[in-house]
Amino acid sequence: MIFLKLIVTNLLRHRIRSLISIAGIAFSVAAMLTIVTVLQGAVAMFSGILSSDSQIIVFERNVSDLFFSSVPSEAVQTISSWSIVQHADPVLFGIVSSSDHPIITCFGITDADARLRKATWIQGDRSNFGKDANGVVLGQRAAEFMSTALGRTVQIGHGLFHVAGIINTANGFEDGGVFMPLSSAQAFFHKEGSSSVITIKLRSKEDVPDFKAMIRHSFPNLVALEDEEFTRSYSQFKILKATAWAVGGCGLLLGGLGVANTMIMSVFTRIREIAILRVNGFSNGQIATMIFGESAFVSVLGAIVGLLIGTLFLFTLKLIPALHGYVDTSVQPLVVLIVIVLALLTGVAGALYPAIYAMRIRAVEALRFE
Amino acid sequence: MNSSHANSTQRIVLRAEDVWKSYDDGAITVLRGVDFTGFQGETVALCGPSGCGKSTLLHLLGGLDEPDRGRIAVNSKELNRHSSPLRLLRHEIGFVFQLHNLIPDLTLEENCLIPTVAAGFDRKAALARLHELTDRTGLSHRLGSKIQKLSGGERQRTALCRALMNKPRILLADEPTGSLDEATSAAVFDLLLEIVANEGVTLVMATHDRGLASRCGRLIEMHDGRIHEPV
Repeated sequence: MIFLKLIVTNLLRHRIRSLISIAGIAFSVAAMLTIVTVLQGAVAMFSGILSSDSQIIVFERNVSDLFFSSVPSEAVQTISSWSIVQHADPVLFGIVSSSDHPIITCFGITDADARLRKATWIQGDRSNFGKDANGVVLGQRAAEFMSTALGRTVQIGHGLFHVAGIINTANGFEDGGVFMPLSSAQAFFHKEGSSSVITIKLRSKEDVPDFKAMIRHSFPNLVALEDEEFTRSYSQFKILKATAWAVGGCGLLLGGLGVANTMIMSVFTRIREIAILRVNGFSNGQIATMIFGESAFVSVLGAIVGLLIGTLFLFTLKLIPALHGYVDTSVQPLVVLIVIVLALLTGVAGALYPAIYAMRIRAVEALRFE
Repeated sequence: MNSSHANSTQRIVLRAEDVWKSYDDGAITVLRGVDFTGFQGETVALCGPSGCGKSTLLHLLGGLDEPDRGRIAVNSKELNRHSSPLRLLRHEIGFVFQLHNLIPDLTLEENCLIPTVAAGFDRKAALARLHELTDRTGLSHRLGSKIQKLSGGERQRTALCRALMNKPRILLADEPTGSLDEATSAAVFDLLLEIVANEGVTLVMATHDRGLASRCGRLIEMHDGRIHEPV
């Protein structure tokens, strides 16, 4: 109890300094939580596009970005004919811009695609998809920001298209995207006879190893990955996640420097007090525990406040109409745990030098000078 | 130089043999071959002018510092750079300084319990000891008071209680009443002598006050880092 009081007392002695340190950790934690959650949400959404009613993604081997992947139509036909395959849906990705919106994602799909099946049709009818080569289906958000409706004409990139339907999907990217018949998309993006990926659903999950082996054998320039495997290994996702953690980590490092500064000042201003504790039998371990305890207290309190601020910020992001559907703000427990552990480690690291300094204080020298 | 008026049958608890100590890489020599023997239960006053080495000798005897040369033994165990002073400071020796050296944000009770926390003593036993000591020193009504609220005499009595919490057999006091007025100083010193006598504690006290020193069982003069013949 007295040990705890020694820790807390010193923080209370310098309230402003302690608050600044707690705020430093809190804002770092909030930044890390927000960045990581938003990016993980984005990754999950993109993965969701690929894994819509499918288990496996087939794309060109050794491409850094799926937008550059080219899978020939023959591969789609061959794979569809394999008995273990329930359905194989080619998807062509493309990005265009309109006058007001620099980025609109286009999906070239067939009329059998699960996205159209699963979506809620607000306007139009699924049975009409693909009948008109110039007919496109818009996600609800895309229709909103293009200010268009069923039957009207919209400019997408350099082309004019007829709105054949408007759908609502849970995925922000899809909801803000444009769905074109595959052949139209191939012509529009000058990728005749190919798609970006094929999403595959097998009749039995147990056939996955066989399917991969068949792809390796029949199409050596293609690669088949299970959805989770793809999410784990796709380099763009890796870069995004690494960037998120790195940016968050830099924030936390700054917070850690704040803690280090506080702890150094804390030790320097009570050298005599530490000497008194030494004379009264405090060991190096007990002195270090006191210093680390102080920094851990600052870090944990900062982490808790930071998590609250971060959650509040994510909640606010979710309420912004322009971001609706694009930001998945569900905070993962693992992320929370990692953020708390990192904050704690930062605090401990920040207290390392002050603790070593405190352990080296010689009572006799500190007490000699008044 | 060995200075002993004590009965040869008394147990030796402190011993310094040819102890030398200097500071600033030998530029300032504070102790020059000091020999000292302290017996169980006796009270010893170290007298001498400022800078004569009284405090340094106390620090060496308490394991707070190491001699450049010579040997220090407490309860027949020699102190050296390889031995940790923790056992001494937790169980065998208590220190009282000229300034009370209490932690201002803690209460009287919490300050006194610090040595018991360091030594990992049972809280119940520690509280019992605290009450015993504060009853004797007349501080039992001030247990919950912050240090700032205590008078100078009360603070020094608190420091005395803290030094005795873990029942050390040796008390090293460096000008324990030096910061107090004459009347308070006398009262605190009376209490100090009474407690060490009751508990059978060996007291070695550095002081300028010859009046107080004369009330100790033995008075040792120090000059220029040396102990002179006992008075």
